[in-house]
Amino acid sequence: MKKRMTAVMPVGIVMLLAICLFALLYGSYEMSLGQIFKTIFYGGTPSEHVAVWGIRLPRILVSIFIGVALSASGCTMQGVTRNPLAEPGIIGINAGATLAVVLYIANQSTMYYSALGAGTLIFTPLISMLGAFAAAGLIYGLAYKKGDTGRNRLILVGVGINIAISSVVVLFQLSMNKGSYNQALTWTNGSLWGTGFLYLAMIAPVTVIIFAVLIYKSRTLDVLSLGDEIATGLGIAVEKERKKFLFLAVLLASAAVAVAGNIAFVGLIGPHIAQKLVGAVHRRKLPAAAVISACLVVLADTLARNLFSPVEIPLGILLSLIGVPYFIYLMIRER
Amino acid sequence: MRRRMGFVFIIAFILMAAGLLAATCLGAKPLSMQVVWDSIFNYDGGLDAMLVRDSRLPRALCAAVVGGLLSMAGAVMQGITRNPIAEPSIMGVTQGATLAVAVASVNMSVYGLLGNTFAALIGAVASGFLVLLFSISSARNMSLSRLLMAGTAISTFFLSMASVVALLGNRSQDLAFWLSGGFRTATWKYVWMLLPVGSLCAAFAMMLSGKINIISLGDDTAVGLGVKPVQVRIQSVAVIIPMCAVCVAAAGNIAFVGLIIPHIIRKILGQDYRRLIPASFICGAALLVWADVAAKTINMPYETPIGLFSSLLGIPVFISLVRREKS
Repeated sequence: MKKRMTAVMPVGIVMLLAICLFALLYGSYEMSLGQIFKTIFYGGTPSEHVAVWGIRLPRILVSIFIGVALSASGCTMQGVTRNPLAEPGIIGINAGATLAVVLYIANQSTMYYSALGAGTLIFTPLISMLGAFAAAGLIYGLAYKKGDTGRNRLILVGVGINIAISSVVVLFQLSMNKGSYNQALTWTNGSLWGTGFLYLAMIAPVTVIIFAVLIYKSRTLDVLSLGDEIATGLGIAVEKERKKFLFLAVLLASAAVAVAGNIAFVGLIGPHIAQKLVGAVHRRKLPAAAVISACLVVLADTLARNLFSPVEIPLGILLSLIGVPYFIYLMIRER
Repeated sequence: MRRRMGFVFIIAFILMAAGLLAATCLGAKPLSMQVVWDSIFNYDGGLDAMLVRDSRLPRALCAAVVGGLLSMAGAVMQGITRNPIAEPSIMGVTQGATLAVAVASVNMSVYGLLGNTFAALIGAVASGFLVLLFSISSARNMSLSRLLMAGTAISTFFLSMASVVALLGNRSQDLAFWLSGGFRTATWKYVWMLLPVGSLCAAFAMMLSGKINIISLGDDTAVGLGVKPVQVRIQSVAVIIPMCAVCVAAAGNIAFVGLIIPHIIRKILGQDYRRLIPASFICGAALLVWADVAAKTINMPYETPIGLFSSLLGIPVFISLVRREKS
């Protein structure tokens, strides 16, 4: 498996670069490869500059980090719950963050798009993190019984909370006016519409730091995923460590939701493919999953941007359309 | 048990009747009983009488029938999957129907061809097949979590598709209305659609209830007793699908009704589906009629979406069911 890793990573990174190039090229404003390079390194005409620096480049970079954050979050959750189907989008963490943002939008004065101040841009992620942690706390509290959260209980409670929160979100959307509704829609469906470099600054540091911590602590994660008895036997305070890892996973997920809204299934697909390719050891699985998920998100966002141009399909929806069949395939096969 | 059964029926029936009366009397314009009585039996064509006849009555009846059908469908699903959390909206059947309704309302040619009801039926059939696939393929070792995750995935898929359709048709805010459900638009047309389909399906469900009893003991036992599990599952799903379709066409997506009612009734009447299924119908009807009264009156003159009440009641039941599962 170690050998495989040395093969998988370079191939994955080359693939990611190729997809990024494709994402740079493909858009409603047509540009040749030469023009793009010229714009990146020397600066081009104003419209070329907007297309590359204003829209495509930040979106690509943010997509990469979203892929990394969500896949690491999913990987961690699958490890600590020992349930291969655990994922922040399915168990209601993303929904909690979304609800908080929707509430915020609903109570805000009516300012849209270009009128959004920098304060809103910074405040929104904080609110989404608050929502994510509130949801996570609620799920953990409701699943907690006799000193542990069980193998399935955490996820089952999460799914229920997810349904409940989603229905509350719909209630608030009903009472919104058209402008607020559209603004909320990009959150509930997950979209990178209007992403700029400011968003990159919000997600990149958190993701890099937590990813490094996870790699550093990957041994513990490996042991936890062997099961509670074995982990206890090997001298690990299971529930305490589980709580820590869940905290990190929620933090990652909330960072991703803060910039992109509710995106599900990325935390599922990447880790699964990675596990098949490089095995279950987290030190290898986490980076491989990150690269695969980054490829997936960048590709999906490019398609979301252009498939029905000029209408943009939300990224989260496109990813669920890809993710659900894969998920169901996993369930049927895994039996 | 038989006496308890009669007791439950009488209580639920009284509740439902009182609910129907309250639903016709209460609303943005409160009416006295006398007016209601007159407008039904001595129709004079006045405004109040028209309100009762054309709006309040069909709405109350729709709520009753939809509530009954949804909880009945939930009870049947729980029987054939042997899983206490199976329910039309959790398993994605109503979402499939919602997608079809979304397609029909965006695309006029589809709408003209099929109308909402028929479109919902097609969507429900498609998603019903998926449920069937899961309930057949792994009923032996179907844990709560697998069924629930499968259902969540399926419903996410249909909702995503519905969002795309609504987005491309520039109707995305309407999607929120379809999803939240309610009886704002109820008319006699829907009542006449719900009643025949509902009573037919209810009759079939009653006929199947004995076999569902045997299936709920486990597949091996069922085969030993001479019942073919797969056959009964197919028949049951075939009964559930039209039920869900008419409910979605009339009222949109109302979650958790099929979870709450059978769960409570199981506590009182035990596991016998021959009693559980009819009792679910009448209690579900009572619940949704009262929920609709609340939806109309809590924030008068505005409507509170009815899904709020069913979810508020449903989530605690759901959590308690989930917490009971052994880890």
